[in-house]
Amino acid sequence: MKIGIIRFPGSNCEVDVWEALRFLGREPELLWHQDRLRQAYDLIVLPGGFSYGDYLRTGAIARFSPVMEDVIRFAREGGLVLGICNGFQILTECGLLPGALLRNASLHFRCAPQWLRVERADLPFTNLYDPGELIQIPVNHGEGNYVIDEAGLAALESNRQIVFRYASAAGEINEAGNPNGSLANIAGIVSKEGNILGMMPHPERVVEKITGGIDGQPLFLSLVKTWERRIRYGT
Amino acid sequence: MEPKFWREMGLTDDEFVRVTALMGREPNELEVAIFGVMWSEHCSYKTSKPVLRRFPTEGPHILQGPGENAGIVDIGDQQAVVFKMESHNHPSAIEPYQGAATGVGGILRDIFAMGARPVAILDSLRFGSLEEENTRHLVRGVVGGIGGYGNSMGIPTVGGETYFHHSYGGNPLVNAMAVGLLEHRHIAKGVATGVGNPVMVVGARTGRDGIHGATFASVELSSESEEKRSAVQVGDPFMEKLLLEACLELIQNGWIIGIQDMGAAGLTSSACEMASRGDSGVEMELALVPRREKGMTPYEIMLSESQERMLIVPKAGFEPDVARVFEKWGLEAVVVGRVTADGIMRLRENGRIVAEIPAKALTDEAPMYDRPTREPAYVQQLKAVELRDFQPDRSEREILLTLLAQPNLADKEWIYRQYDHQVGTNTLVVPGSDAAVLRIRGTKKALALATDCNARFVYLDPYQGGMMAVVEAAQNVVCAGAKPLAITDCLNFGNPEKPEIFWQFEQACAGVSEACRILETPVTGGNVSLYNENEGQAIFPTPAIGMVGLIEDTAYITPNRFTAEGQILLLLGELEGSLAGSEYLAAIHGVEAGALPTLELPHIKRRLEFLLEIIHRGWVKAAHDISEGGLAVALAEMGVKAGIGVHLDFTQKDLHRIRCLFGERLGRILFTAAEENKAELVRLAGEAGVELHHLGQTGGTSLSIAFPEGPNWTVAVEECAKARKDTLPRALNQ
Repeated sequence: MKIGIIRFPGSNCEVDVWEALRFLGREPELLWHQDRLRQAYDLIVLPGGFSYGDYLRTGAIARFSPVMEDVIRFAREGGLVLGICNGFQILTECGLLPGALLRNASLHFRCAPQWLRVERADLPFTNLYDPGELIQIPVNHGEGNYVIDEAGLAALESNRQIVFRYASAAGEINEAGNPNGSLANIAGIVSKEGNILGMMPHPERVVEKITGGIDGQPLFLSLVKTWERRIRYGT
Repeated sequence: MEPKFWREMGLTDDEFVRVTALMGREPNELEVAIFGVMWSEHCSYKTSKPVLRRFPTEGPHILQGPGENAGIVDIGDQQAVVFKMESHNHPSAIEPYQGAATGVGGILRDIFAMGARPVAILDSLRFGSLEEENTRHLVRGVVGGIGGYGNSMGIPTVGGETYFHHSYGGNPLVNAMAVGLLEHRHIAKGVATGVGNPVMVVGARTGRDGIHGATFASVELSSESEEKRSAVQVGDPFMEKLLLEACLELIQNGWIIGIQDMGAAGLTSSACEMASRGDSGVEMELALVPRREKGMTPYEIMLSESQERMLIVPKAGFEPDVARVFEKWGLEAVVVGRVTADGIMRLRENGRIVAEIPAKALTDEAPMYDRPTREPAYVQQLKAVELRDFQPDRSEREILLTLLAQPNLADKEWIYRQYDHQVGTNTLVVPGSDAAVLRIRGTKKALALATDCNARFVYLDPYQGGMMAVVEAAQNVVCAGAKPLAITDCLNFGNPEKPEIFWQFEQACAGVSEACRILETPVTGGNVSLYNENEGQAIFPTPAIGMVGLIEDTAYITPNRFTAEGQILLLLGELEGSLAGSEYLAAIHGVEAGALPTLELPHIKRRLEFLLEIIHRGWVKAAHDISEGGLAVALAEMGVKAGIGVHLDFTQKDLHRIRCLFGERLGRILFTAAEENKAELVRLAGEAGVELHHLGQTGGTSLSIAFPEGPNWTVAVEECAKARKDTLPRALNQ
């Protein structure tokens, strides 16, 4: 399975994603933002961090990196793209996903364990979770407050594009369980075609029990399983 | 030259005479400015050095002691840990966000200048009373700045401490510690050698910011300090992240002779210190230094404290390779000069010599002062205060809830949630524990990190208080399952020209030395911050200690909260504490006084060794030291985080209830174990000669204690949790 992790200047979770995938038995590659995608990849990851310092808007400059031209084409052709945190911000900035991420409602950066409800368990990213499953994956951001206009939200709902919602420990989708003020407690969304996932929480941080949990494992293993099926059955 | 000029540059008249003698001629204005900054307290340690020389600095595992950018300690397998703590107090008082942010940036550069990848940040903070609006403004800014810089860099902020006391009003303490890991073969030094080797300025461009920051750090704060805002630098963590990656790439490629951060006194200190360490000279053409602004004078270029810059000496011939790596990261790397043989720092502007100073005159020849000391009158007065006269005005239950809500003891979640404490995915124990724990990838080992200082103890008794700061850090590290390795320190005191302040400094350092000697944790470096006064009032003497411990196997990591019901609770050390300098006395009676109980270091060392031994045997389920607030607060902390209660049986013991519940004394550690190991624990404790008490059993949802008379003392764990939760958010979210 060819996995490329894009490293922008200011990325800082690229090695964590790389380590997490290696822990799960994969051999991902780190790709420099000024390079091009020279091979066929099965998955491209846009990792978390502060690309270009996030000085303009989060993710606003990274979208102009040379490699992003290839990533956008790859995504439009149906390739699997996972954007985590700053990677999600880049995906909304370059128009691969709708909506935008604003400053947290508290105005404070927040690093904390977070409950999520899995809304879609039928995607290449989530097929090892159960529908409605409550999982714990940490958030770590200052700008994760997801917004979209009314029509956009309606479209997300009707197309079933909302993949993860912030939840309370009891699994309720309410304000108490919402760490950043996101509309409809949205923590992660997928493109209409189901091949581009953007999420604010960091699944790569919960792959090993010793670092605080393993609820991120099924996400990466779902992608591996999808790939294995493709290889086996050519679907 | 007018005396006014050298005085403005921070030199005394005697120092100017010394400069003239060293130079063999009258110096020009630029040279005077360079001497002024290099001989400032901040750069020269001219007042503190005679005292610091007494620190134990050697040990079989110490690879680099004081005198470099940071200390290095061997941890086996050809790996080493690099760490240092530094203050950024005065800038943070004036501009809290940038002051704290650049404090973090500076200490991180010290770590990667040694060739190490930074893996953790800790911060030791002191503010004035939380009631004051200015304090709240400073807390918000400082926490925002630390998070803003560390989060962006992708280096986790894993721990630290925050205290509030009115003595820090107007002069907060912002001490940042950074820790890095490296392979022995990648150790880099701040040294310039090899005649003809190039000298390169790399990273950010030089601007007019932060000029004379080092001098600003060496005077007392006053209402006029606001006008010195231009002495505060502005940080760019994105630039630093790029600089970090580029520098590590260079060092790992083996192209580097020496590298040093341009911190305090910028190009001046880095150039002359590197030359001095290498017994070399250095010649630089200032017109080649990349600048942010037009028309900068040699004075401004040499004294700028623009952030995110490094001075490097690569091996001759590798200049294009260095430049290529920096270009990849979007950074500049420019040759500005060469290493020379004559020991002179020679500066040119467009070919014309503008300064020529022997490098060692700036470093080794700086004056040293033996300041007079005098014990302050308050010390004996406060020792003599009779503590028996203070009778509590409320129930013991209410006292506990009051203490838990004190800013010093309350939950610090409001602070650490703003820090990315997990990036790198090595953080095994997150903030809120006795010590933070980070794994060392590819090994079974982990590091335990803690910062500590109870400044109230240091104020009341500087010698013992200094010892106690080290002991508390050691206790925290051992409770996490680690063997203490070494310390760094950040010595924050008032104006040393006052004999009473210098007495505090000397005494506290003597205490730190003695504790480090007995506990075998040498001092590997650190920082001295003097002149911490506001409108003539000195802060509490605060020698903050940063300790690093090694956990041999992650299986030894021990939590500081109860882990299950039905376990026995034991206490290492004395049953009663003292009310002297206790949080109880301060919070309930508004009194900070008393004679501290004498610390018996050899006893404490035996207890810590015993604790580590039984942790290694797998018998300890949880461990937590008793510190501020005494036994009751320690029990609450162990219970709250687990949602598990505990019952203690003191019916057979003749105890003073207040001293038992709220008294404080170093060297007391609570731990839990399985009932089946009790007999063996007692036997081993007897063999080791350590005091061990069986206190009770975990379980239920309350903390309860049965005393010989009266009803059981009971407080619900839930109530304790509530009491400690709201203090910071309520004050800071306004």
